[in-house]
Amino acid sequence: MASTYFTEDHEWVRVEDGVATVGITDHAQDQLGDLVFVQLPEIGQSLSKGDPAVVVESVKAASDVYAPVDGEVTEVNEAAATDPALVNSSATGDGWLWKMKLSDTNQLAGLLDEAGYNAIIG
Amino acid sequence: MGADENNNTENLKSLPLEDLHKAANARFGGFAGWSMPITYPLGVMKEHLHTRELAGLFDISHMQLFDVSGAGAAALLSRACPLDAASLPVGQSKYTFFLDEKAGILDDLIVTRLGEDRFMVVANAGNAAADEAHLRAVAKGYDCRIDALDRVFLAIQGPEAADVLHTAGLAGTELPFMNGFEPRPGWFMSRSGYTGEDGFEIGLPEADARELVTTLLADERVEWVGLAARDSLRLEAGLCLHGHDITPEIDPVDAGLTWAIPKPVREKAGFIGAKALLDKITKGPTRKRVGLKPDSRQPVRSDSILVDINGNAVGVVTSGGFGPSAGFPVAMGYIGKDFAPIGSHVFAEVRGNRIALHVHSLPFTPHRYHKG
Repeated sequence: MASTYFTEDHEWVRVEDGVATVGITDHAQDQLGDLVFVQLPEIGQSLSKGDPAVVVESVKAASDVYAPVDGEVTEVNEAAATDPALVNSSATGDGWLWKMKLSDTNQLAGLLDEAGYNAIIG
Repeated sequence: MGADENNNTENLKSLPLEDLHKAANARFGGFAGWSMPITYPLGVMKEHLHTRELAGLFDISHMQLFDVSGAGAAALLSRACPLDAASLPVGQSKYTFFLDEKAGILDDLIVTRLGEDRFMVVANAGNAAADEAHLRAVAKGYDCRIDALDRVFLAIQGPEAADVLHTAGLAGTELPFMNGFEPRPGWFMSRSGYTGEDGFEIGLPEADARELVTTLLADERVEWVGLAARDSLRLEAGLCLHGHDITPEIDPVDAGLTWAIPKPVREKAGFIGAKALLDKITKGPTRKRVGLKPDSRQPVRSDSILVDINGNAVGVVTSGGFGPSAGFPVAMGYIGKDFAPIGSHVFAEVRGNRIALHVHSLPFTPHRYHKG
């Protein structure tokens, strides 16, 4: 059964069988506006919590998306790189960014649940 | 996620029509001391494309109108700007500058002759206070008065702009580009803009503006367009943003803007900065303002350093983003003469990576002005 977590940096993390799928929240895509470029990590890349993993660029500005936990990149969403507007139209669905194998599932306890995240964005 | 952009909106001035932008669900951000509508629910991409296809309505009331009048008004403006104001036909607008003694660009302006002894000067928001102080200082000894006008300033831009205004019953849609007049008391209207499209800029009292906005938005061809699309539109059109592409450290020669300074004005050399400018024209530019097109889909942003293949610094990006009409990232910057020819290959340093770019002709999208 999958559980979904959130970060204060406006990422969502869906965990299933020790693998986390990461993307930006709908609130984040709305704040950024129309995305025009997504730079994905390398498959096999080791990420530590807080590392910049992805660059998303809107018409106006560039933003980093950080690794929410430690782990190794197992899959990236090429569809999002090919068509960055997919992240706008489906931030929490087809617009996911990368999947990573968790190094330490205990780190998940430090993330927010949906109610906690909604409280942050008001 | 961490954004580069700072959207702090504290201590900012509010537009007179802010309530209308709020009602239109605009997202606000700070620019030049003003809380400005950055985007509307349509989004920057569609707002941009809508302007090129039909008509975009912009609130540019952050910009400042100065009414300069009196027997000495033409002489003052010919001193303050590299301009022969006395020979400007009534109704004609002219793109010009305030220069300092080193010919650095203090601001870029549009001056329109409204009558024998009256001119309208349109200045940038960020420089409005400095411009006013500068103009008043230069004006000492000239028989003239300078009034900073309290107006709402709207722009309507796009291929349908003229027909929209005509349908709304406004006079002035027969004006050729870069001409202006006063259609009603307290109004100033010119055929001009900052998008590369045909269009108009209208300064008017707030009450009249509320009525006009209601009328214009009732036309289904018209959408509010925010500052984000205003920036991408002007960048595609190769138009300079003061504070980025032109600054007091940059002169009109390096900026490639000497076309705005007529030959007789240079010969007469009566304007502030004339000596430095003429010396620079003789010597030639030290660097050139060019268009830049990244080879990949990744935009480059202002302040990125440009390097050659060996990593030697050869220039800097002054504006950069994505061009929705161009369909690729677009940028503008300054580059050493050796790299200025179209097609020259350089790199921008972005977060430790090098992004390959080619020097590209300006504008990225052709101008579609109404030449009359």
